[in-house]
Amino acid sequence: MKASAFAYHDPKTVQELNSLLGSLENVRILAGGQSLMPMLNMRYAFPDHVIDINHIADLAELAMTPAGLRIGAMTRQRIVREHPLVLQHAPVLAEALHWVGHVQTRARGTIGGSLCHLDPAAEQPCIAALYDAVLHVSGPRGARDVPMRDWVVSYMTPNLEPDEALLGLTLPVWTTQGQNVGHGFHEFARRHGDYAIVAAAALVSLDAGKVVRRAAIALAGVDVKPVRLDIAEQALLGQVLDHDLIATVSAMAATIEMMEDAHITPAYRGRLAQTMTKRALTDALNRATGGRNV
Amino acid sequence: MSELDHAQTTRHIRVTVNGVSYERDVLTRTHLGDFLRQELGLTGTHLGCEHGVCGACTIILDGQPIRSCLMLAVQADGAVIRTIEGLAQADGTLHPVQEAFWDKHGLQCGFCTPGMLTTLAAVLEADPTMDETAIREAISGNICRCTGYETIVDAALQAASRMRGGH
Repeated sequence: MKASAFAYHDPKTVQELNSLLGSLENVRILAGGQSLMPMLNMRYAFPDHVIDINHIADLAELAMTPAGLRIGAMTRQRIVREHPLVLQHAPVLAEALHWVGHVQTRARGTIGGSLCHLDPAAEQPCIAALYDAVLHVSGPRGARDVPMRDWVVSYMTPNLEPDEALLGLTLPVWTTQGQNVGHGFHEFARRHGDYAIVAAAALVSLDAGKVVRRAAIALAGVDVKPVRLDIAEQALLGQVLDHDLIATVSAMAATIEMMEDAHITPAYRGRLAQTMTKRALTDALNRATGGRNV
Repeated sequence: MSELDHAQTTRHIRVTVNGVSYERDVLTRTHLGDFLRQELGLTGTHLGCEHGVCGACTIILDGQPIRSCLMLAVQADGAVIRTIEGLAQADGTLHPVQEAFWDKHGLQCGFCTPGMLTTLAAVLEADPTMDETAIREAISGNICRCTGYETIVDAALQAASRMRGGH
């Protein structure tokens, strides 16, 4: 299988990238290549121009900022998964990346690539939803920030104009400030490294009495975009987190509308959503309480 | 598109493969696996699916195992690459993972073997303390149809032991 012929461009700066995006038609941006290269090889995509952004060093930076953990779009999944700042401030992202692809694909694949490819069951957009991430977009008409809730326009379609590119994202990570923050991530896939059928991510912040002061739950694989389980988050607030409460709110995951495909019925998807939510919340509780079971 | 500019569809690249430097003009649409096989004649790298699923084309690029079908050759400009041909020493001494595959019958038809060996060589050189669970996860992106993986995992465990200095 061979890609159709295209003109290759390798800008070194965001300014060069914007200039190319503003002047070329029928463009695809090549990030880590783990989704675009198969599409090129199979000629599902046949762009006239491929813009390789691997040479823009600014896009591979990872740093703490006042707004949160900023991760450049070109940061490789292997790097993100092992990065000390991620392990310290957003360990649920590192845990989710364990489930992403394989050692060979994580060596090249990027967090920005996943957020633009937007498979409905992908782990990285799920974590972006969990944190209400802000996505930083650039184009010839300037830069703009897009909240994760507005990022997915439709099935596998990000909120990007044809002449825009994703430069990175900021995760507003949770500060502990006397609270005990715990996280959990679980998914079910047929084989390790496949896209999940359903994945669930959870964050809880508990006070000394195990009362939930803040909670976030995100599901992947249930809809065309990651879904925040708002009803369960509300039900957790102000309550003492224990296994009974986890069982009650996890059941809410099965009540939301589930997408359907040729292999997985909505009912089965709902059962998986409930089970994965329960496991993620249980991990979050155990971690927030220092590993003690309650 | 109607007419493509030659300068945009062809690039001059330099790569080091198994210690040998090469310079070539490449079509920018050529993926790295095809480049290694067709331009450099290194046909030990096998192309199975060419869409990143089977792992047969795994090579070691700047120390990391990657799928050579999911990267353009032009992107490898300046890179240091190891392929299956570069695992054994010049005098023919096999790499510990090759030796262990031999000992443990870790291959049958051999099609997936270059990808298995390059993946395992890379991950075990980085961390020879990997246990069976970690090894199974490491080769989860390499598909074999013959041996059922058990002997491959046995071989990887033996190689890991030898690379730690055991026997």
